[in-house]
Amino acid sequence: MAEAILRSDSLIVGYGGNPVISGIDLGAEAGKILTLIGPNGAGKSTILKTLIKQLPPVSGAVYLDGQELGTLKARDIALKVSAVLTGRPNPELMTCGDVVATGRYPYTGRLGILSDHDREVAAESMELVQVTELKDRDFNRISDGQRQRVLLARAICQEPRVLIMDEPTSFLDIRHKLDFLYLLRKLVLERQLAIVLSLHELELAQRFSDTVLCVRGGKVDRIGPPEEIFRGNYIAELYGVEHGSYNAELGCVETEAVQGTPRVFVVGGGGSGIPTYRLLQRRGIPFAAGVLPLNDADLPIAMALATEVVTDKAFEPVSAEAVSKALALAEKCEKVVCAAEGFGTMTAENRRILTWAEEMGKLLPLEALNTL
Amino acid sequence: MKDKRNAIYAAGFLILGVLLLVLLVLNVAIGSSKMTLQQVFQILFTRQGDNSAIVWNIRLPRLLTAALLGGALAVSGFLLQTFFGNPIAGPFVLGISSSAKLLVALTMIGSLARGVAVGSLGMILAAFVGSMLSMGAILLVSSRLKSMSLLIVCGIMIGYICSAVTDLVVTFANDSNIVNLHNWSLGSFSGMKWSSVGTIAVTVLASLALTFLLSKPMGAYQLGENYAQNMGVNVKLFRIELILLSSILSACVTAFAGPISFVGIAVPHLIKTLFRTAKPIIMIPACFLGGGVFCLLCDLIARTLFAPTELSISSVTAIFGVPVVIWMLLKRQKSKEGA
Repeated sequence: MAEAILRSDSLIVGYGGNPVISGIDLGAEAGKILTLIGPNGAGKSTILKTLIKQLPPVSGAVYLDGQELGTLKARDIALKVSAVLTGRPNPELMTCGDVVATGRYPYTGRLGILSDHDREVAAESMELVQVTELKDRDFNRISDGQRQRVLLARAICQEPRVLIMDEPTSFLDIRHKLDFLYLLRKLVLERQLAIVLSLHELELAQRFSDTVLCVRGGKVDRIGPPEEIFRGNYIAELYGVEHGSYNAELGCVETEAVQGTPRVFVVGGGGSGIPTYRLLQRRGIPFAAGVLPLNDADLPIAMALATEVVTDKAFEPVSAEAVSKALALAEKCEKVVCAAEGFGTMTAENRRILTWAEEMGKLLPLEALNTL
Repeated sequence: MKDKRNAIYAAGFLILGVLLLVLLVLNVAIGSSKMTLQQVFQILFTRQGDNSAIVWNIRLPRLLTAALLGGALAVSGFLLQTFFGNPIAGPFVLGISSSAKLLVALTMIGSLARGVAVGSLGMILAAFVGSMLSMGAILLVSSRLKSMSLLIVCGIMIGYICSAVTDLVVTFANDSNIVNLHNWSLGSFSGMKWSSVGTIAVTVLASLALTFLLSKPMGAYQLGENYAQNMGVNVKLFRIELILLSSILSACVTAFAGPISFVGIAVPHLIKTLFRTAKPIIMIPACFLGGGVFCLLCDLIARTLFAPTELSISSVTAIFGVPVVIWMLLKRQKSKEGA
């Protein structure tokens, strides 16, 4: 493990000496993104504020390059650590270029006059974050996405080794969220920055972090690579999810299954059943699904939304036993719907369900689902 | 862009400089005994001529006081606006001038009753203590009230209480003191002695220089306290420095000229509009010049409009200042709706 630039040692953070979170041992390494996740109010911001010395630790300490943060001067910290904070600054009559240039603060002289080098660094930072065209625009008159990027440019302009960000992607639309995180990846790779940030978007945390730190119930619940954290039912547990579920592998949320005896049997497969499952769930109709091989794209959604799912072995043709099971289930249902666009070698047996349903007069065309 | 900005700054300072010179000359020339320009320059440069005594003993100290104190007020207002992140903040609105006035009134009456004369430095000290008292109250309230408008309302209330107590004290003071005290408590630049001008100049210019040295952290502070700290500003120390300097500046004004309203809000706004920036390194000297220009103009009007009756300086500054403040509020509202 590389030496961490910024690290905490048995840190307890909180307000006015009252501990909020304890047992924080983290390290921000060059070229790595460390992401804090956890429910609202868990104390992610409190940790971040302590890391940038805006809050004193309740106990334990934060070390910057081996020196305790409390013993360092504000300027010495500023030379190594910069931040993008929550809350919108609204400076009067400042252009975006002015805002970015404030990042040079620790480098300028007594009166803060910018040198040519300072201007160059500011221009480079704006170029890197692609906000050069905003240079002369009033900072108070740009969009949220632009503002976040300008603040990032400001932080970069400070030429830090560690970048701390508190929920930088809140208020951004999906395109700007992605752009923003790609930018962070680029910074990490090209400039070997150490980034510590908090995120609410779990799917993004999973995809962009090197290490994920989970905060819950006054302590650091887990810390590890995303592969370890986003596994099984842990995320739903971490957030205390009561309605619906979180699919850790796919990184998406799922609603709850409608309870009750299934009224519709859906024959799907290969992802084709998903819209139908969702439609039925939305309309509050309990349903069953099958037969789905265990590697079918439909399966995770069907498992989450259907009251019952008939499954079969992966990479093998659907067996006669599985179809009998499905038929037994379909018998109890009012209708059978075919969502599959066709059947291949592996799912050929599923045809039998449809033939049976047609004979019984239970087959409902997909388009007629709305009439149920 | 950089060149264009520098051109705007140069033009702005040029305009202020010319206005200042013109108003200085006008303030010497206009009055109960009028003079031609030629006479003015003759008196100024040779100390010879019919009205030399009037110019050197009355008009010059008065206009220098007006220029220095006007500048002090504007800078003090700008400091408070930066501190509170609110363009309506100013020594008068926050009740700082009024509490300084109260302490000065008490000191004056107390010392006169004992037959001791308090010097000009003593007056500044009394006003400074008064400023710090109400500043302390405001800070105490501001830690609980997050809303700026409520804070301003609190300041206005403090101002009313202090004015009421001052009126009370003035009413019960000895007759001989009242006339003097009454004029002062309304605000006036009249009757300045050269010795006072010296004290004012030293206090104001020294504070101004110190303020100018704070322009770098002030610029960072405009992005908010947290960002300022992240840039390496020692925020605690900086806040104390800011409060002390703005209190000294406004205390100096109150001690010598009484409370003067709206200069602290109107001038910084006009300067921001003229220079199209809020950068402290420009704003501090520009506000100082602008405040001087504003007060010279207002004082000229105050003493000449209904001569020989003099208006209180606050009446004039309010008449000019309030429309500016209202204009600013409307403009801000509009830009909020626009964004």
